[in-house]
Amino acid sequence: MRPDLQIIQQWIEPNSRVLDLGCGDGTLLHYLKTAKQINEIGLEIDDQNILRCIEHGVNVIEQNLDQGLSNFQTNSFDTVLLTQTLQALSNPDQLVEEMLRIGKNGIVTFPNFGNWKSRIYLSTKGRMPVSKFMPNAWYDTPNIHFCTVKDFDTLCQDRNIKILTRTVVDSQHQGSWAMKAWPNFLGEIAIYHITKN
Amino acid sequence: MAMELPEDSVGIIEPQKIYIEEPLTLRSGKILPAYDIVYETYGNLNADKSNGLLVCHALSGDHHAAGYHSREEKKPGWWDTCIGPGKAIDTNLYFVVCMNNLGGCGGTTGPATINPETGNYWGPDFPVVTVRDWVNSQSVLMDKLGITKWAAVVGGSLGGMQVLRWAISYPEKLAHAICIAAAPKLSAQNIAFNEVARQSITTDPNFHDGYYLEHNTYPKQGLTLARMVGHITYLSDNAMRAKFGKTVADFENEGGNFGRDLRSGKLSFGFNVDFQVESYLHYQGERFSANFDANTYLLMTKALDYFDPSIDYGGDLSKAFVNSKCKFLLISFTTDWRFPPERSREIVNDLLKAGRKVTYLEINADQGHDAFLMPIPRYISSFKAYLRKVYQEICDAP
Repeated sequence: MRPDLQIIQQWIEPNSRVLDLGCGDGTLLHYLKTAKQINEIGLEIDDQNILRCIEHGVNVIEQNLDQGLSNFQTNSFDTVLLTQTLQALSNPDQLVEEMLRIGKNGIVTFPNFGNWKSRIYLSTKGRMPVSKFMPNAWYDTPNIHFCTVKDFDTLCQDRNIKILTRTVVDSQHQGSWAMKAWPNFLGEIAIYHITKN
Repeated sequence: MAMELPEDSVGIIEPQKIYIEEPLTLRSGKILPAYDIVYETYGNLNADKSNGLLVCHALSGDHHAAGYHSREEKKPGWWDTCIGPGKAIDTNLYFVVCMNNLGGCGGTTGPATINPETGNYWGPDFPVVTVRDWVNSQSVLMDKLGITKWAAVVGGSLGGMQVLRWAISYPEKLAHAICIAAAPKLSAQNIAFNEVARQSITTDPNFHDGYYLEHNTYPKQGLTLARMVGHITYLSDNAMRAKFGKTVADFENEGGNFGRDLRSGKLSFGFNVDFQVESYLHYQGERFSANFDANTYLLMTKALDYFDPSIDYGGDLSKAFVNSKCKFLLISFTTDWRFPPERSREIVNDLLKAGRKVTYLEINADQGHDAFLMPIPRYISSFKAYLRKVYQEICDAP
């Protein structure tokens, strides 16, 4: 299993209701279903991913996150997940708030644009960073709202969101003492466990 | 000429008939003392009777969902694209049952069958039946077949509404509800189209207040017109443009001609059939009127109009699903304007509100409402994948 999913799964209660926003091929939900007997719903828009979810036996709804989540009831889920999708949303701040309306807690992961590699790329080449992890050019990337660990911390503070845990890992999803010390500089992927204050 | 049957066909099928002696109390309060059910089955029921799958038919459908009645039959059953060995509803895995609904004209007791009390055709005296009554009678057939729980109940359009009713009325008796191109209830626009269809039938001079069979006739004009109107609502604008715009327009070079192909190459400057679309509708309508009972058409459209499971729950459909235990699969099609995707999403949202497990797909398709009968690759592959998973559940069950 992907190490970031390993980190996430420890925050999921057995038999809880989990909503995964942008659930991809359903790998995480399938794992949680097997390991924790969760009651799951995934939202996804990609045809192939939806088919994979069905093959995984994961409940999936074809729904575009940019059109909002008003069809979901307040407090109807225990945990709402948003993994590697935040940066692709039109209104990421609104969606994070919606997550915490629908769920008791939320888990958000995103690529940290404050990472040293991005900083060096931009400062030496003077161009928008492109990497294996973010391979698209600026004009055709689905990732339209990049942020850094510091930026997300600020958003949480502004919107009265409580950070239960913040972890950063590298692209191999390994953590280290140095990353704990300088998360915004060394972390490539940020993982947040949040709730309402 | 006798033809070679396709390999993925269920083959030659013989419809079966069962006489039900127990009375059925209808939603209207009327009682049907006894009745015949005509049905077909495809595939084999397994030893523990856990692989039963019920298919519910729509307005103009019947029990003949797949295969052929004879080698001379030109067209297979109405859902042959989806039912057969290796198809979405795989008859190698499932025991598929499809019955002609009460009030139908496929052999099940209805207006065109004899009322034993009078010795005459039921005609317009056949009681108005509802989706709920159909589902109750389907449950009776299920008991007769010795099946205690369907692996899935599946249907499109009016068939999808029966699926929803199953999930509400018989929560213990199905594991999966697959509801395709349906709506939680009809809109005023839907009802309006149905009323035009009914009016065209009942105002036909050959209708004879519904007793046309006694007069050895039937309201051919009215039924043709009803079907023409209905047929328009099953197709999308794009589907019609494509269907009637291929021969004149060279799409590559000149673009479409809006589906305005002429029947004889020139305008008649009269009130005859000028365009291919007119000719097509006439043909479809007439063919339909020769094979379908007008009173049945009236009953089926009423069943559609009356369908509203939220009615017992103060208008809140989500409350209707609170006791449902099955998982749900809903599918809609982008160009369906009879029951558009928004209508399916209403159902999905009420299922979510009720805390049910639901999967929902919105399939890009040009064919309008009729898409649910078409071999659209994404639709078929998802539908098939879902039912494979259901079968795996059956096999894994302790």
